[in-house]
Amino acid sequence: MTTRARRRKLVSSLFVGFCGASVLLALVPLAFILFFVVTQGVQSLSVDFFTHMPAPVGEAGGGMANAIVGSLILVGLGALFAVPIGILSGIYMSEYAGTRFASIVRFAADTLNGVPSIVVGVFVYGVAVLPFKQFSALAGGLALGIMMIPIIARTTEELLLLVPGTMREGALALGATHARAVFTVVVPAALPGIITGLVLAVARIAGETAPLLFTSLNNRFFTTNLTQPMSSLTVQVYTYASSPYQDWHRQAWAGALVLVFIVLACSLVARVATRKLVTLSSH
Amino acid sequence: MKRPENLAFRLGTGLFGLVLVLLVAAIGLELVRQSWLSIEKFGLSFWRTQVWDPVAGQFGALPFIWGTLYSSILALAIAAPIALGIAVFISELTPSRVKPVLVFLTELLAAIPSIVYGLWGIFVLVPAVRSLESAFPDALKALPFFSGPPFGLGMLSAALILAVMVVPFTSSVAREVLKAVPLAQREGAYALGATRFEAITAALYYARTGIIGAILLGFGRALGETMAVTMVIGNSPKLSLSLFAPQHTMAAVLANEFSEADTPLYLNALIEIGLVLFVITLIVNSLSRLLIWSMARPARQQAAATSVPAAESAI
Amino acid sequence: MHMMKQAIAAVGVVALAAGVAAQKMQIQGAGATFPNPIYSKWFSEYNKLHPNVEVNYQPLGSGAGIRQVTAQTVFFGATDGPMTNEQLQAAPGRLYHFPTVLGAVVPVYNLPGVNGDLKFSGAVLANIYLGRITKWNDGAIAGLNAGVKLPSTDITVVHRSDASGTSYIWNDFLAKVSPEWKQKVGVNTAVNWPTGVGGKGNEGVSGVVSQTPGAIGYVELIYALQNKISYGDVQNMAGEFMKASVQSVTAAAAEAAKQMPADFRVSITNAPGKGVYPISSFTWLLLYENPKDKAQSRTMVEFVKWALADGQKFCAPLGYAPLPETVVKLELAQLAKIKVS
Repeated sequence: MTTRARRRKLVSSLFVGFCGASVLLALVPLAFILFFVVTQGVQSLSVDFFTHMPAPVGEAGGGMANAIVGSLILVGLGALFAVPIGILSGIYMSEYAGTRFASIVRFAADTLNGVPSIVVGVFVYGVAVLPFKQFSALAGGLALGIMMIPIIARTTEELLLLVPGTMREGALALGATHARAVFTVVVPAALPGIITGLVLAVARIAGETAPLLFTSLNNRFFTTNLTQPMSSLTVQVYTYASSPYQDWHRQAWAGALVLVFIVLACSLVARVATRKLVTLSSH
Repeated sequence: MKRPENLAFRLGTGLFGLVLVLLVAAIGLELVRQSWLSIEKFGLSFWRTQVWDPVAGQFGALPFIWGTLYSSILALAIAAPIALGIAVFISELTPSRVKPVLVFLTELLAAIPSIVYGLWGIFVLVPAVRSLESAFPDALKALPFFSGPPFGLGMLSAALILAVMVVPFTSSVAREVLKAVPLAQREGAYALGATRFEAITAALYYARTGIIGAILLGFGRALGETMAVTMVIGNSPKLSLSLFAPQHTMAAVLANEFSEADTPLYLNALIEIGLVLFVITLIVNSLSRLLIWSMARPARQQAAATSVPAAESAI
Repeated sequence: MHMMKQAIAAVGVVALAAGVAAQKMQIQGAGATFPNPIYSKWFSEYNKLHPNVEVNYQPLGSGAGIRQVTAQTVFFGATDGPMTNEQLQAAPGRLYHFPTVLGAVVPVYNLPGVNGDLKFSGAVLANIYLGRITKWNDGAIAGLNAGVKLPSTDITVVHRSDASGTSYIWNDFLAKVSPEWKQKVGVNTAVNWPTGVGGKGNEGVSGVVSQTPGAIGYVELIYALQNKISYGDVQNMAGEFMKASVQSVTAAAAEAAKQMPADFRVSITNAPGKGVYPISSFTWLLLYENPKDKAQSRTMVEFVKWALADGQKFCAPLGYAPLPETVVKLELAQLAKIKVS
């Protein structure tokens, strides 16, 4: 073997080594974060955490019952805003894929996806908090909804494009209107995928803090009133993390654990569903 | 087949598409409207001056713009090679059975909420960075990049945490881009006796626009990241080259001061920072999409056509 | 179990939820972080006495208290720096200030090897924060602390990064003792700091100080006590070096009570008299004279009455000084002006 060949071999294996090391390097922080969240969080999780309200400043005990329910309501509201807009605009983009307006909508969706979450918060403060003179769960839900729309729209679009054109053509050939073909044939075929997209959107939005800071604010009490401020896990974790109290730090870790659990559960569900979908479509 | 029902369907779904377009426009307009006082008063000097003085009513965004760009560029300098390494490893070097596992693990990094990164940053990363900074050799501390006392909170912590957060985005897009490189391209290289390194770098070179797009997309993410950064960067609006110095970003100043600004001008200046952030991310994201699309589209078409002249790949 | 049911119900009826909690009254407030420990104690205790009344106080900072009450996004505000005349005029209705408790801001420092409390004068603190005194063994500091062996460490100045009432009180004091501070920096919740690094919240400042040898910062007394950080004595107008305590803050209030202006907007930093801690301050609630929602107004007035009487007993354990009797009397008279029907 010539020296040149040997050198080329060496460079090549160094390169392969670097790529492998990159994967390890990325997995180290992942392991670290999960390790701390789980070990610190588990210590602080208790029944009280899920059933009690926050304690007054500096006092031990209390929980995040209001924040957990608040997060569920806020994410639910966000989905309520985002699902119709996201799915229908996704249908438009896929059904009229070649048109100029579809490209504009696609560009708008990608742009919206890239808008920093804090900017969405500022925007919603201007249009949904100031005019009604009230921080509210509705405003928080709107902010989360705005962030969900592009995710749902783009997954819907991409999954509908996967549905074989022959299915749609068959329906149209049988005399169905375009709407009927889409809603009775194309959408049902892609439904598991669309739901996966929704679950992923929920996973991403459940962890958002910045858009809630100036919209749903926070609430020390349990409330289901949508016109009033509402607590959320993320804002509560932020508040507790930057407080000077040990007990609140513990609860912040517990809150983080619950958050990570929700997000992981959603991702796993989505992953299993996609795998099913892929195997179905390959048959 | 022009049926009125079909037109109604097209208009009906198109209307919801229009909502998206209007939403983007509304965000832009609302930000301009709400920051008008500041735009009128400071004009372009808002971008150039670095005094942030709520008492005197003087507002310059330069320290925030600097902090945002500096932290994001540093983060990408760390993250881009790692992300590319991961993308190459997963798409070119991993047996297909292990692939989904690695993809899932790297995507988990993207799924962890920003606030959890921040929490971990405050209690684990910052103390670690502080001891690293304290142990730094004095000779290096003379350099402007490492000057100042060791706080832990500061640019270095922010850049590190951003790097971790950006890696999964860049690597997943880079993987998509690599997928779009025609197989014939690589097979050709191997057939000519190329090593893995040579074949893969040729593929990376072929996909260069898309790769740059992937890196820019990660950059766009880093620019707008709020919670994790504000929890570790130290929130001090002072221009500095030092990695050890506490600095500030546009997103962080909004999170810190937005609900507190007690004069109209102060509030308008903050919203203008939001506007600047919006415009910068808009430009970066559009550019990155453009690059990714321009790469993915012809490649997909080429992949569809079975035989591609090898010479074309060099262009 | 009850909670679980509520939780399940809440998730189920998201869309219809608006009316569910109707019989409970929830009042929204926002503002200063400085009195947050006592306020959250009060609202929690008051909720135990009156389960139908929930006061949701969000400690966003004094600036936020003023801004959000002016924008009427909250029912009441809270601040450590009284509103300026311009700010009062900008509000859509007449706002009253109600002092609730008093607190102290203390200079905290981290000097390993230095035992006992350091003594500071106003001028020395101002010069440190102006960046004129940069070493711990500077003659000006050493002169006040005869017998203490000071290291030659660089001083790291730590200030608040957010708009804060604690900063307002600190700046108000520095401006009174240093003409240069008054002219170059001024008094506000957020200023353009001549030197130093920023920490978010009282916690951020305590954190940076306790982790950085050679650092000096300022925090509300309770944060220094809870985090066990050394804090120094400060020289008052009478020339005494005073340690912040419930007694020395009460003494400052007693001086102020003698000449309380009708609108309660009074600064008691650098107050005259013996035994006075000079960086003391009232903290205020901001209430509209004629709010739209009279039911909330009635409830809030009842709450303030309670806080001024029974509520004061919660002060001392949390490091706050209770209000002087004379001030409470004046406040009750002002409280009667708030329209409740």
